[in-house]
Amino acid sequence: MQKRVIELWVGAFVLAGVAALGVLAFKVGNLSGADVKDGFKVTAHFHNIGGLTVKAPVSMAGVRVGRVSNIFIDRDDYTAVVEMTLDPKYDNLPTDTSASILTQGLLGAQYVGLEPGGEDRYLKDGDRLDITQSALVLEQLIGQLLFSKAGGEDK
Amino acid sequence: MDWVRQLGRWALENMQRWGRSGLFLLSTLAASVLVLRRFELVVQQVFAVGVLTLIIILVSGLFVGMVLGLQGYYTLVDFGAESSLGLVVALSLTRELGPVLTALLFAGRAGSALTAEIGLMKATDQLAAMEMMAVDPVRRVIAPRFLAGFVSMPLLAALFTAVGVWGGNLVGVGLLGVDSGVYWSAMRDGVDVYEDVLNGVIKSLVFGFMVTWIAVFEGYDAVPTSEGVSRATTRTVVNASLVVLALDFILTSLMFE
Amino acid sequence: MSDSKDKQNSSADLVRVSGVRFAFGTRPVYDDLSLSVERGKVTAIMGPSGCGKSTLLNFVGGRLKPDAGSVMVDSVEVPGLGRRGLYQLRKRMGMMFQRSALLTDMNVFDNIAFPIRQNTDLPEPLIRHMVLFKLEMVGLRGARDLMPAELSGGMARRVALARAIALDPMLVMYDEPFTGLDPISMGVIVKLIREVNDALGMTSVVVTHDVKEGCSIADYVYLLAHGTVIGQGTPEELNTSQSPEVRQFMGGLPDGPVGYHYPADEFVSDLFTGA
Repeated sequence: MQKRVIELWVGAFVLAGVAALGVLAFKVGNLSGADVKDGFKVTAHFHNIGGLTVKAPVSMAGVRVGRVSNIFIDRDDYTAVVEMTLDPKYDNLPTDTSASILTQGLLGAQYVGLEPGGEDRYLKDGDRLDITQSALVLEQLIGQLLFSKAGGEDK
Repeated sequence: MDWVRQLGRWALENMQRWGRSGLFLLSTLAASVLVLRRFELVVQQVFAVGVLTLIIILVSGLFVGMVLGLQGYYTLVDFGAESSLGLVVALSLTRELGPVLTALLFAGRAGSALTAEIGLMKATDQLAAMEMMAVDPVRRVIAPRFLAGFVSMPLLAALFTAVGVWGGNLVGVGLLGVDSGVYWSAMRDGVDVYEDVLNGVIKSLVFGFMVTWIAVFEGYDAVPTSEGVSRATTRTVVNASLVVLALDFILTSLMFE
Repeated sequence: MSDSKDKQNSSADLVRVSGVRFAFGTRPVYDDLSLSVERGKVTAIMGPSGCGKSTLLNFVGGRLKPDAGSVMVDSVEVPGLGRRGLYQLRKRMGMMFQRSALLTDMNVFDNIAFPIRQNTDLPEPLIRHMVLFKLEMVGLRGARDLMPAELSGGMARRVALARAIALDPMLVMYDEPFTGLDPISMGVIVKLIREVNDALGMTSVVVTHDVKEGCSIADYVYLLAHGTVIGQGTPEELNTSQSPEVRQFMGGLPDGPVGYHYPADEFVSDLFTGA
């Protein structure tokens, strides 16, 4: 009797522990999210990526569709190349989809936002997104503001 | 000149202890393989070591998560970044606080109990009696306890972390009005299963190994008197805590480069 | 082994200790100790506290090794045994500890069944018979469900005795079996040791400093002091011995050849050397 109670408790304990591991993996971690490991890759060239990092989310209409898997400099034109791995279930993105680097909140982390275009051919592995919008850099923004203001007064 | 001699003796004694604990670990590991055939002994010890530590782990995890929720919120809200609250809570728990605090609590609750139990068995000749009954105490007493500690630690750490994340949610979402969806989605975007969760589990496995090893060794090596057992128990808690914190630094620097 | 006389002796004596030398760190315990235990007899080993009587049992049980000399049990050299051989030998030995050393996490029945279950593959009903038989022998069949913490000192000692003989060993060793018991419990233990020895055909070694009880059950007595044997013989022979050391111990005199004082500098010089 005593022994059965102990075994029951131990069984429940082990189950609870494994369940907690499951919660950590699926609910806290991203194992359930888009499995970027076997998604398809597309690239986009930006003049400036700001603070974008590898593993940053790629989202469309606020829904995460993939992740930034690599960032490097194009050796020919010195632009930043952002390689994204997209969830294979979104295989119907038009080829003229545009990518822009956006910020979550005022000072939050940066992510890549996709805006679907109107083509009826779809993106596939290895494609390049041609329409891009670089990150807003605060200093440049302020510089532009001052410049345009000065220009405006001139007129 | 006397203090040089004392220093020498201290060093020698400590080196002998290191040697003994190493040999003891080897025989424990060998016996652990054999004890898997007598699984009910391990189950019994998982009850003593794991289930009885459960309450303190769950309650501590809940409060730590709630405090993280509060502190995280008040800090993040100054930067308008309270949407990252879930991420902050989850990362601190999976990477550091879950494994480390669980190991420290485990050393205090289960480790000290293991040392005291084994030390008292030695002081009351129970271990000697087993030897004389042709039963190897390392196999019968030590190995099941060692295995139980090693198995229980990652489970306890996972429970601590999960309860902590829920506690942070309780405060952040329930009390301070962070959006529930934001809390969870920021967490899922930022927490990597391999980088963060798995590394946390590896940490708790290492801690479980070390803390249980220290606990059973101190008990087995205790001077068989009431004073000796009490000193061994203290040493378990102190040494295990120091080892956990030092190892945590080393592991962190290796894992999160 | 080639010596035929040696072989003959070893078959008559179950335990033969010869020329044993041993020291705990720098404290010498034994210096050239020799004795033997005859089969089927109760042999008492007596001596003042702290003369290392229990250490002798640890040699016989293989838990300690002497620095020099030989310890033979049933014609086997114990210090030379490997782990496997040692455990085989221990299955044929029982030992009762001074502090009873019952396993505190199981009840009386399981304590006695423990050596049987660990060392044999006997079916549970047979184990039950064996345990109940041993418990009946020590008069505690009714206490089988009690936990060790619920037993009095005398009862715990009897359970320990039942456990020591659980596997019907050839040799039972008793470490200070009479210490710390009330007179009635002591009488029970005295009677039991003799009974068990004769009824089950065992050989018993009793280590004790209680002269009266030791002499009342022993067939042969060894007196130890300063790490060696100072007297031996049947209890009657020792009682009539003229040796001053033997007389001191048998008569319970406070001072004599076995010093009352722990070795120290002279008292007066110690007093005046200051802190």
